[in-house]
Amino acid sequence: MSNVFEIAGDISVFGFRAVTDLFRRPFEGGQIRQQLAEVGSKSLPLVVASGFALGAVLTLHTRSTLVTFGATAWIPTVQALAFFLEIGPLVTGLLVAGRVGSGIGAVLSNMRATEQIDALESLSVDSFKFLVVPRIVACTLALPILTLFLDFSGLLGGFVSEYATARTSFQLYIAQSFSAFEWSNFYAPTLKTAVFGFIIGTISAFLGYTTSEGADGVGRAATRSVVISSLLIILLDVLLIKFIFFMFPESAL
Amino acid sequence: MIVSDMIASSTTRAGVPAVAFDHVSKSFGAKHVLQDVTFDVHPGEALCVLGRSGTGKSVTLKLIVSLLKPDKGKIWIEHDEITRLGEAELSRVRRKLGFLFQDAALFDSLNLYENLALPLARLTNKTPQEVDFAVDRVLRQVGLAGDRRRMPSELSGGMRKRAGLARALVLEPRILLADEPSSGLDRITASEIDELLLSQKTEHKTALIIVTHDVRGARRVGDRILVLDQGRLIANGTAAEVEHSENEVARNLVGE
Repeated sequence: MSNVFEIAGDISVFGFRAVTDLFRRPFEGGQIRQQLAEVGSKSLPLVVASGFALGAVLTLHTRSTLVTFGATAWIPTVQALAFFLEIGPLVTGLLVAGRVGSGIGAVLSNMRATEQIDALESLSVDSFKFLVVPRIVACTLALPILTLFLDFSGLLGGFVSEYATARTSFQLYIAQSFSAFEWSNFYAPTLKTAVFGFIIGTISAFLGYTTSEGADGVGRAATRSVVISSLLIILLDVLLIKFIFFMFPESAL
Repeated sequence: MIVSDMIASSTTRAGVPAVAFDHVSKSFGAKHVLQDVTFDVHPGEALCVLGRSGTGKSVTLKLIVSLLKPDKGKIWIEHDEITRLGEAELSRVRRKLGFLFQDAALFDSLNLYENLALPLARLTNKTPQEVDFAVDRVLRQVGLAGDRRRMPSELSGGMRKRAGLARALVLEPRILLADEPSSGLDRITASEIDELLLSQKTEHKTALIIVTHDVRGARRVGDRILVLDQGRLIANGTAAEVEHSENEVARNLVGE
């Protein structure tokens, strides 16, 4: 048990160092842009496809239930609230933890095992600032944007499903989607994914950067990155929802 | 002999040592990797470090670059005692060093040109044209001028070693550290690497510290041979001196 607290402490110090190093020269703009492309652009197809499929499937399920109550007009509203409040942030967090978290863990542990991190240090390059900080920043910035893509592709998937079933017009679908929407339903859950991004970046970078298991540690770091990041995202989601309800009571439906 | 005496005596002999170890010890847990090791290397001199696997040879190099800290003793890079330096000062001292890693440790995500340009772009005030010129110069020196756009994964073992050497040389270091530069290479390619190291020593008066298992190469490149066994320094001298050493392990190693 004390080992768990020790690791939690190490990860906290690691994350804190990343935050403080972010504001120290050199600012590594090039590396951050490169990692944003890696985390953001390259995750986009997966996120959009998942959102679209989830939206379509969720609409089919919702319709089969609501039709018995004659409440099919509420499908777009339910769909939008479900996606913006919970499905979008959580699914995006888990998808990125799987795709990006494992990548960060594997890349950094491989760099450690093959002495590339030592090589950077021997060249007077601060490897933490060069490798870790940009990855954490990129995850933190990319997650809210990816979440929006998943939310809207989910709505699009829902619309396509509704159009195929009931020939609902696009304008009506969109108007219905946001009919019961508060502003806080949009930005509070979306911004909470920045915390998810920070968690994914910090956990994955910590496990990769600090590995001392050589080549064997590469696969292990990748797997652990996904498992621990995903678990923490799910647990933190509960806490953050409580926090959002406290800060924005109007978003508690 | 304390290091100041060593430096004083060395100064009268051949100036200030490029690198000096003064009673350095290093352990990992209960394992004593280096015990009370003292030696020095002068500019334009090549020191080859021999020994069985796990005797602290690579650790010696990592201590010089401050990738590891000694438990006891002092390490001097020219006039700087590096065990007491902070990160900013270490960064200044590291610029005097070039390090060829055992597997070259090229950055996977960067092509050959970018691997070499990275330290120049970050650590010098060179313009892009000057960086281009410096990279081309070193790539020509190691015979890889036509491969600047290739990724590390596209290079053969020998090419990777030469690329690693090029990166180690790109900042024109005064001290070059090489960790098993000929390991995994055929004899001809290993000789080519030895030639490059020799030319660096003779033409640029670079101090070389080469960790190797290749006795032939060590005899060819090294002015002196240092033998480590179980973390202790058991021989330090010319190949002929070590060959006639009283220590059997040293004699056997060099006499192979």
